Amino acid sequence: MSDPKTFFLDEEEIPFEEGQTIIQAALSAGKFIPHLCYHPEFKPHGSCKLCTVRIDSRTVTTEDGQSVKIPGRAAASCTTPAQEGQHVESEVPEILDLRRTLVQMLLVEGNHYCPSCEKSGKCMLQGLAYDLGVMDPHFPQYFSKREVDASHPDVLLDFNRCILCELCVRASAEVDKKNVFALSGRGNTKHLICNSESGKLGDTNLAATDKAANVCPVGVILHKRHGFEVPYGQRRFDIAPISDNPVQYAPVKEQV
Amino acid sequence: MPNGNSNGSGDSAVVEAALLRHGGDGTRLMQILREIQEQTGWLSPDILTRVAEGTRLPRGRIEGVAGFYHFFHTEPLGRYRVLWSDNITDRMAGNADLMARMCKKLWLKPGRVSEDGLVSVDTTSCTGLCDQGPALLVNYRPVTRMTAERVDQIVELIRHQTPLAEWPAEFFTVEDNIRRKDALLGADFQPGDALKALKSPQEVLDAVKESGLRGRGGAGFSTGQKWDFCRAALGSGANPAHYVVCNADEGEPGTFKDRVLLSSYADMVFEGMTVSGYVIGAKKGLVYLRGEYRYLLEPLNAVLEKRRAAKLLGQSILGRTGFDFDIEIHMGAGAYVCGEETALLESLEGKRGVPRKRPPFPVTSGYLGQPTAVNNVETLASAALITAKGAAWYKAIGTPKSAGTKILSISGDCERPGIYEYPYGVKVSQVLADCGARDTQACQIAGASGLCVAPNEFGRRIAFEDIPTGGSFMVFDNTRDMFQVARNFAHFFVHESCGFCTPCRVGTTLLANAMDKIDEGHGGEYDINDIWRVIRTLKTASHCGLGQTAGNCVADTLQKFRPSYELRLNVRDFEPAFDLDKALSKMREVTGRDDPGAHFHIAHRKSRAGLGTKAGDPS
Ligand SMILES: Cc1cc2nc3c(=O)[nH]c(=O)nc-3n(C[C@H](O)[C@H](O)[C@H](O)COP(=O)(O)O)c2cc1C
Ligand code: SF4
Ligand code: SF4
Ligand code: FES
Ligand code: FES
Repeated sequence: MSDPKTFFLDEEEIPFEEGQTIIQAALSAGKFIPHLCYHPEFKPHGSCKLCTVRIDSRTVTTEDGQSVKIPGRAAASCTTPAQEGQHVESEVPEILDLRRTLVQMLLVEGNHYCPSCEKSGKCMLQGLAYDLGVMDPHFPQYFSKREVDASHPDVLLDFNRCILCELCVRASAEVDKKNVFALSGRGNTKHLICNSESGKLGDTNLAATDKAANVCPVGVILHKRHGFEVPYGQRRFDIAPISDNPVQYAPVKEQV
Repeated sequence: MPNGNSNGSGDSAVVEAALLRHGGDGTRLMQILREIQEQTGWLSPDILTRVAEGTRLPRGRIEGVAGFYHFFHTEPLGRYRVLWSDNITDRMAGNADLMARMCKKLWLKPGRVSEDGLVSVDTTSCTGLCDQGPALLVNYRPVTRMTAERVDQIVELIRHQTPLAEWPAEFFTVEDNIRRKDALLGADFQPGDALKALKSPQEVLDAVKESGLRGRGGAGFSTGQKWDFCRAALGSGANPAHYVVCNADEGEPGTFKDRVLLSSYADMVFEGMTVSGYVIGAKKGLVYLRGEYRYLLEPLNAVLEKRRAAKLLGQSILGRTGFDFDIEIHMGAGAYVCGEETALLESLEGKRGVPRKRPPFPVTSGYLGQPTAVNNVETLASAALITAKGAAWYKAIGTPKSAGTKILSISGDCERPGIYEYPYGVKVSQVLADCGARDTQACQIAGASGLCVAPNEFGRRIAFEDIPTGGSFMVFDNTRDMFQVARNFAHFFVHESCGFCTPCRVGTTLLANAMDKIDEGHGGEYDINDIWRVIRTLKTASHCGLGQTAGNCVADTLQKFRPSYELRLNVRDFEPAFDLDKALSKMREVTGRDDPGAHFHIAHRKSRAGLGTKAGDPS
């Protein structure tokens, strides 16, 4: 085998295989890049933009001897193929600030009352917010009216917390081959729908063991009769921050 | 005319017929849903279920598509559906008062259906009739030049349930308003001129390259190069093919030149598509026509029929064996984002109009995954002209970097709004003089996503190397409030964001809300800082051009027309350098005036006619 190809992530050399995206190579090398809609088992689609990085910024020296930085292009690292010799900036103030803004945008868009949320402590949105040092949602809350769907015998949907990452949509289509979830509306009316004329989850063929029922990174798709099983202090992100264990980046499978 | 009261058995016959016409092909979902809705008035839950069965697609997919497009309705919306165009130019022409008058007379609230299920009245994004506004669509047919009198007439017609076919024909007159012709609009071009001049595909390609033709839809990519990439790419899978797509979505606020080209120069556009097909090796061309231009569908199909009869389309064009090409028109259904070429392709395939990730680019993987050349209407007409008249002739027009001419759609504060064709390189000041603009405060060039130009920049030129534009050119005189222009555009992007990515889905709403807050007199420097933060996020992180440019106008006006913001800011957070209203008090004494126009305070300014009226509610 020839020498592995490499690129630079915040000046650190990262090996990659042809065809890998920046985030895949980074995570495999134990380097964390924040992400919400990326999941190693599904086709990346690049919607949350948390994984945004800057690629190939340049520094030029002007005639009067000043050095000026020309920012490279910004791109979602989950959909951008890694390329030999590329310079990728991730943990830099501008990008960290951008990610904090994106988390805040998601926090005001939905209704995230974390203390009463079953996912608290293992929610990726919450975990990222802590990790990035997001102190408050900052922007005015939407206080949007969203429903809870309790029609399914085993699974509960609390749409208040949906971040529209489409992981459940992709899981149901790609793995379960059931297409239980889809999206409707657009812009700020975009929302998750269930594949039934009534619109109810109970009228779909979702099973609690489906991939789609176990992939939500936040607290929307919850299993009934399970709740707050792990005591405070021992929950996933109580033990270690989300960025500490890049390999375990995917949402953990629920015990059912 | 649609009847809002759908009845079960009639509906199912309509659904079956539509499915049959399209062979139950799910990639034709947009056309299936539109044709059904034109008969039933809306898409009821059981219709969606039936379409899902008939196309063998998940029901959620069908519901998701129906829920994406503004012109598909999953709730009944009345037998008469009135949509007022709500571009800033319609606002300036007084659409808000006219719509209020209509609603009052019909005992209606905007966005609601009347209790008898007869009528609903609402707003919609720019309908491409800015030179003859205020405009509206009634059951997707345009009515131009609305006046109070016309409102009253329409109210009567609706009350008496007069079918649209019996409404006065002059209501539906759409003028071309061509004010200046140049190389393209003034050309002596007969159908077939370009096809008769065809040499080998390689030679035609070389000519298009040599002519220097660049895309007229906004991005300005070399047309020859695009065709070259597409021609070189291989089709794949079970049905390998190449496709030509004509982007006739024309959704950029203030643009209407493609409407005029399709109304009066359709042969040239279709001929350009045929030339493109000849070069890239495509047998099929698709026109994606925006839903607002539904009224052009029958006339355009008639032109296609004529071309087929003249052997300019179909099998063995002009008797050349192996030169087969035909064109089909697909209708959009009210979504600005579908002008973005990859969202357009998704829509053509019967999906939600969400931009794809790139690479792959459409030239290698476009419609149905096959190599596809997507071009703007004007680009294709220009390509036909070049093929007929020669590359050198064309290249000599315009500037060295911008060959040829550009058609501008001019609207707003000027005596002669309409269509103006210029060689590239024309100065903004020249354009303003020609259209009879006076006391011009600003021009918005290239639409809501474009550039807001102040008087000290009127010496700049329309060209790829200076001010590139798809053609929108809106003029604002000294009486206009540039803050409200920006606020109108901010709301436009809220309505039109596809909602795929976080920065745009949330950022456009946050931006519009901040502008509303300032408008209501509650904003301060804190909100301005937030606005900058949101604009940065939109620009850096958005998935497609819509989100990336959604903050442009607010950014431009904040920089160039700062006083229009400052006089609204709440002093608790911000102390203006001086009190504008107080500064005017001396002049009020001298002139003996005390009317709203002589004040700078927000309450006074808001009362000015046509200004400060609330933009359509974001949701
Ligand atoms: C949000 C958005 C809307 C667009 N709308 C249009 C449009 O209405 N018509 C158009 O020709 N191009 C539009 N474009 C540009 C197209 O993506 C594409 O560049 C163009 O169709 C290519 O054709 P051309 O090379 O002939 O200009 C839009 C782009 C974006 C990002
Ligand atoms: S329900 Fe969960 S997995 Fe599905 S889109 Fe919403 S946040 Fe993502
Ligand atoms: S930028 Fe806006 S329109 Fe474009 S993909 Fe994102 S949400 Fe959709
Ligand atoms: S993780 Fe890349 S865009 Fe969401
Ligand atoms: S803790 Fe509430 S959604 Fe994650």
